[in-house]
Amino acid sequence: MSDSAEFLSERLPPYARSMGMRIEGLLDGSPLLAMDFSDRAMGRPGFLHGGAIAGMLEIAAIMALHAELGEEDAKVRIKPVNISVEYLRGGVTVETFARGEVIRAGRRIANVRAEAWQADRDKPLASCWMNFLIKPKG
Amino acid sequence: METTPESTGGRPAIPPGLSFDPSQFGKFMMRHGHTGFIGMQYRTHGDNWIELALPWREDLVGDPETGVLASGPIISLLDNATSMSVWALRGGFRPQVTLDLRVDYVRAATPGKTIIAWAECYQLKKSMAFVRGIAHDGDIADPVAHAAGIFIQVDADGWSRDPGAAK
Repeated sequence: MSDSAEFLSERLPPYARSMGMRIEGLLDGSPLLAMDFSDRAMGRPGFLHGGAIAGMLEIAAIMALHAELGEEDAKVRIKPVNISVEYLRGGVTVETFARGEVIRAGRRIANVRAEAWQADRDKPLASCWMNFLIKPKG
Repeated sequence: METTPESTGGRPAIPPGLSFDPSQFGKFMMRHGHTGFIGMQYRTHGDNWIELALPWREDLVGDPETGVLASGPIISLLDNATSMSVWALRGGFRPQVTLDLRVDYVRAATPGKTIIAWAECYQLKKSMAFVRGIAHDGDIADPVAHAAGIFIQVDADGWSRDPGAAK
């Protein structure tokens, strides 16, 4: 795992850890988030809960933004403003991946898109866009 | 099945034998899967609305510096509340999946406080249900988040499956 992926792993919040999310490295320049299937992520029998998928998309988006901000990241606090999730396919009982992509990170607002998939990256389970407010710390 | 648009008030017919008791469903929900893990609770419901709760828990926190709950569990709560509001209005359970869900986080949730989600189905069509909801931490006039979404009605076939059968 690269240094930046290791650094990002330390930024995973308690929620992400308790759901079993982990950083698997970088994929096309953005952190790759992975999560094994478990009962704690299951909604209707045999399928991932929509909230667990959205939660994973959010963490992937946040991690992508941390990575994009680089050295600036230590000086700011990022707050999610909103999210819109489109559900494309049901998630089954296998490992799930998610990756965020920062579309624009300005001084105050960042726009990030994220996708989640399972065995085939070309068949996403869900995608989202998110806006974040960036505020100086303190 | 002898149901007409008149006899159902213009709403899609409920499949015979499928009833929905939100409080019973709530008890089931608390014990199983993702909803059980994050500790979702049923509170109350009406004709087209439902109220669920999510107590604050340290392992659901999104920002360890402040103790503010992650937004993931709040989306899960709003997803379930909006979904159950459709069954409340329909008066029966029918398989459905989330098409889209938008959430606006109007302020950070207060650390340590239980989140309450109130959600309603404001439009029920043959294949789609339009929903909205509010999450707050004690005062609905001072919300934490607003949600709007759409559920698609699907066939019972393939809606759920044996969790052991995936691989």
